[in-house]
Amino acid sequence: MSTDATHNSSSTAGEIEKAFDPKLLVFCCNWCSYAGADLAGVSRLQMPPNFRVIRVMCSARVDPEFVLRAFERGADGVLVAGCHPADCHYIGGNYRTRRRIALLKMLIQQFGFDPDRLKLEWVSAGEGEKFQKTIVDFTNTVKELGPSPYRGGV
Amino acid sequence: MGEKIKIAQYWGAGCGGCDVALLDIDAMILDVHAIADVVFWPIGFDGKIKDIEAMPDKSITVSFYNGAIRNSENEHIAKLLRQKSVLMISFGSCACYGGTPGLANVTNRKEIFETVYKNTQSTDNPSFVVPQTHIKVKEGELELPEFYDTVKTLDEVVDVDYFMPGCPPTTNLIAMAVSAVAQYVTKGTPLPPKGAVIASDKTLCDECKRERVEKGRRIERIYQAYEIKPDPKKCLLDQGIICIGPATRAGCGAMCPNAQMPCRGCMGPTKGVMEQGASMLSALSSLLNITDAESKMSEEQIMELMMQVKDPLGTFYAFTLPKSALKRAVTERGRRKAVS
Repeated sequence: MSTDATHNSSSTAGEIEKAFDPKLLVFCCNWCSYAGADLAGVSRLQMPPNFRVIRVMCSARVDPEFVLRAFERGADGVLVAGCHPADCHYIGGNYRTRRRIALLKMLIQQFGFDPDRLKLEWVSAGEGEKFQKTIVDFTNTVKELGPSPYRGGV
Repeated sequence: MGEKIKIAQYWGAGCGGCDVALLDIDAMILDVHAIADVVFWPIGFDGKIKDIEAMPDKSITVSFYNGAIRNSENEHIAKLLRQKSVLMISFGSCACYGGTPGLANVTNRKEIFETVYKNTQSTDNPSFVVPQTHIKVKEGELELPEFYDTVKTLDEVVDVDYFMPGCPPTTNLIAMAVSAVAQYVTKGTPLPPKGAVIASDKTLCDECKRERVEKGRRIERIYQAYEIKPDPKKCLLDQGIICIGPATRAGCGAMCPNAQMPCRGCMGPTKGVMEQGASMLSALSSLLNITDAESKMSEEQIMELMMQVKDPLGTFYAFTLPKSALKRAVTERGRRKAVS
């Protein structure tokens, strides 16, 4: 597998474990969650710097393949954030998303991952604090899980 | 016409169905015979690897390789045939995507050996003797190919010119490939571009004759194929039976759905798609029971709804696990173990 350039591919599992700085990928929908993340930022709410945000038009734009690719490329956790039920800009995108994430959790478990490495959260444009809390909690969960089993090759 | 071309057919980790499929082209086999000599075909006749090794490079016109790469012998012969052939065709789902043998990537060599040589009911092997790659006996040293931990596809070990998916590739597709090669040899008609998949570019649903709901498609619940007697005219997916058709490449003529059986996806992902499993997972999730009460449903209820899919990996990756993004199952090595 391809290990991300910022992580030394020659480091052993033990070394990664010692200084484990999880790498999290966060998909935010354009209409609610990205604005929520932005609010968290402009409100100067403190968050661990382990996550990278990818803005998508809708959480339903997150093809399950994106999530699997993220894990393939060494992500330790993937968070998908979208509008609350009944609030989707496209009426029902988030309903598809939550079905996909539920099924994906079952799938990644069969692939040997802890299902907690994948998380779905509803974050509205006004919920900067919820975004912050979600990031803090998710970072802690993944820290507790340790590095992704896919890191360092299979 | 001058000298005949040479063709070879080899089986790696496969069932032999692909070899038989080549014979299923019926009278067309005579056309093959008219232009070609078969130089190597283990299932058909006695041939020796050393004879192939003795041939000059690129002296075989086409090699059809079926079966996945399960052990060192599969890989060795794949490399040998690649070296000796002008065209290498990945023949059948196992060579293209790993196929059924590829599902072994949910486990590993150690566990497979333990099951096969120790734990099965009919096995009596108290000292747990398992295949060794080398063993010295009084007559000399014996060798066996090395059994790999992970099943690979043919294109992971050698450069492949064309892909012919299907379990096995259908007669039509084989006829298409054979006539393309025959035209190329006899008339110089150009071959398809390298890397082409010898099948359709559309999805299976496009070939399927069943009637589907065009707007507002919804499935209320999922049925296993044995649980209901499906309406013979209507789309199986619309009736709640998981049919992988929407995520599968056409070219087979939708034989399974037309025979009342759901598609299992042997033709692999459609054009431009890398992950057949993710593609089907996405399609199915979009159809399952979205009602007016949706906004009141809890995440637990959603989980319960999706739990109707009993074995997502086995269902969505029945033929393509080694070609999927993750390729094989892994084991959590962190502080918390995955719950099983």
